[in-house]
Amino acid sequence: MSIGARSLALARARVGRPARAPSAGVLALIGLGVLACVIVAAVAVGSVAVAPGDTVGILLRAIGLPIGRSWSPAAETIVLELRLPRVLTAIMVGGGLAVAGAAFQGLLRNPLADPYVLGTASGAALGAAIAVLIPFRAVFLDLGLLHVLSFAGALLSVAVVYRLGRGGGPFAPLTGLLLTGYAVGSLLAAGLAMTMFLAGSNLRQIFAFLLGGLEGASWLRLAFAAPLIAGGSLAIVARARVLNGLLLGEEAAAHLGVDVRRERAVLLALASLVTAAAVAVAGLVGFIGLVAPHLVRLVVGPDARRVLPLAAILGAILLVLADLGARLLGEIPVGVVTAVVGAPFFLALLRGTRSAYEL
Amino acid sequence: MTPPIAELSGVTVAYRERLVLRGVDLAIAPGERVALVGPNGAGKSTLLRVLAGLVVPRDGSVTLGGDPVAGLGRAAIARRLAAVPGQAALPFATRVEEVVALGRLPHEDPFRGPRPADRAAVDAAIERVGIGSLRGRDARELSLGERQLVLIALAVAQAAPLLVLDEPTVHLDLRHQVAVMELLADVNRRDGVAVLAVLHDLALAAHFFPRLALLDGGRIVADGPPAHVLAPERIRATFGVDPAIFAGSAAFAAPAGLAVPGGVRAVPSELTAGPGGR
Repeated sequence: MSIGARSLALARARVGRPARAPSAGVLALIGLGVLACVIVAAVAVGSVAVAPGDTVGILLRAIGLPIGRSWSPAAETIVLELRLPRVLTAIMVGGGLAVAGAAFQGLLRNPLADPYVLGTASGAALGAAIAVLIPFRAVFLDLGLLHVLSFAGALLSVAVVYRLGRGGGPFAPLTGLLLTGYAVGSLLAAGLAMTMFLAGSNLRQIFAFLLGGLEGASWLRLAFAAPLIAGGSLAIVARARVLNGLLLGEEAAAHLGVDVRRERAVLLALASLVTAAAVAVAGLVGFIGLVAPHLVRLVVGPDARRVLPLAAILGAILLVLADLGARLLGEIPVGVVTAVVGAPFFLALLRGTRSAYEL
Repeated sequence: MTPPIAELSGVTVAYRERLVLRGVDLAIAPGERVALVGPNGAGKSTLLRVLAGLVVPRDGSVTLGGDPVAGLGRAAIARRLAAVPGQAALPFATRVEEVVALGRLPHEDPFRGPRPADRAAVDAAIERVGIGSLRGRDARELSLGERQLVLIALAVAQAAPLLVLDEPTVHLDLRHQVAVMELLADVNRRDGVAVLAVLHDLALAAHFFPRLALLDGGRIVADGPPAHVLAPERIRATFGVDPAIFAGSAAFAAPAGLAVPGGVRAVPSELTAGPGGR
């Protein structure tokens, strides 16, 4: 489906929100409860099953509660060294992508925007592919060349897109940026194709990055990504009112007291940073950043003060579940799971909401 | 005389080399109602943007509430001047009351969100504009006329002493044009909010505004009551048309005392009956 057709369909979709939706606070508590259950499930389940009771015990003991050890040391190693960092990485990446997606959708005033829309994805992919080609493997804090180059590639491509695509005055809509992102992305995709052609036997490694996956998660990699994702996401949440102001357009936002030029640049930088950090540790995980904000808006409406935190919780839940599914299916790439589940779901969302007045 | 709520003096604006405003002087007193008229490209929208600090003049000074706009932050400006937004496509489904609530943005604490006073202001604005029946509806589904009322409610909720509108009746049918005009007159008279509106329809402007400012080629060429500003020779000079074309519709302007050359047509009853905003 072409971007244009998707855009039109989504713009037409009218969302029938429940008249009396539970408050955002209640929803957040429910979401956090579900997230806790999902964490325990994801840590317990795997090739070696750990009993849920033991899992909870290990987790509580790890955060300092005085609980007697009634499980095997092997179970503790599996939970704390293998599965927990992976689940926490999934939470960070899923939550971060959802916040970044919501920010890009609000900034670009485009319901189809996702965290990758301004060239982050292609930049990161090219960086990762180049890293695979280079025989030299610099490792710093458990970070391979692949992580570093994909992170740098994502940020670099957004910076280029921003430099080239800005213009038309401070209140011009960001359509130019979107188109520039598409053009730069296409160019980088050509570079990626060339690199993959040259990669030969390393092709599988590049594909693993392109499809996204959390099997490489470790505490040290999480220690690199978590502060960037959490800090960036919090800073975005603190700017929710900017995104609200932008609902009616750039000039209206300025009239409502928003310093549009500055805030827009800050939000773009933050969302790109969050995306780049997520991509560096998990590859290109699709659909979470597109779907999670829309699902939340269905229930609570467009107010970014509610959408951003709830989308973060939902994105975290979705990616932990998707990664669990990927593991249970024999370590298939998690991006395949999110796409297989996310795409039909998104289509159902489009078709279920009746078409209405077109703006 | 009370100091003006908004004042431009000697304001010159240029986009690149093209002069859009040339030494404009305009002062608006608290509670005044002024229509800004003039041909396309005269600089009317630019004047509004200069007033709101969105365009920085090359020369001259702009004040809001006695303070230079250049020294005010965006939020401070938004508490002194509420601009009714242009009709824009909303990217997401947004309820009418959520659109109106955006008007409270300049008053809200960045971290605490809306307080009871903000919710009360939103309710009051919805009541004031008479759009209670539209509550709960997706603003994207409304007709243009209904949406214009919602956007005016947003600006009313902003609770600034000056309301600014750029062609609020464009694309509206006659009933909604009149409804918008009467609403503005009512907000002005009852709440004491000053109104500055760019209007293309001279008849509407003359009928509903006691003071007109005529902008042509970046200059204020006439400023005063409609009868003075819309004199036939000035219409010919400014718009380059036979004033008789306007004279027919200018019959509406009769209450404001406009001398109409070339005969008077019957005034449509729906205009004089005053249906009022729903």
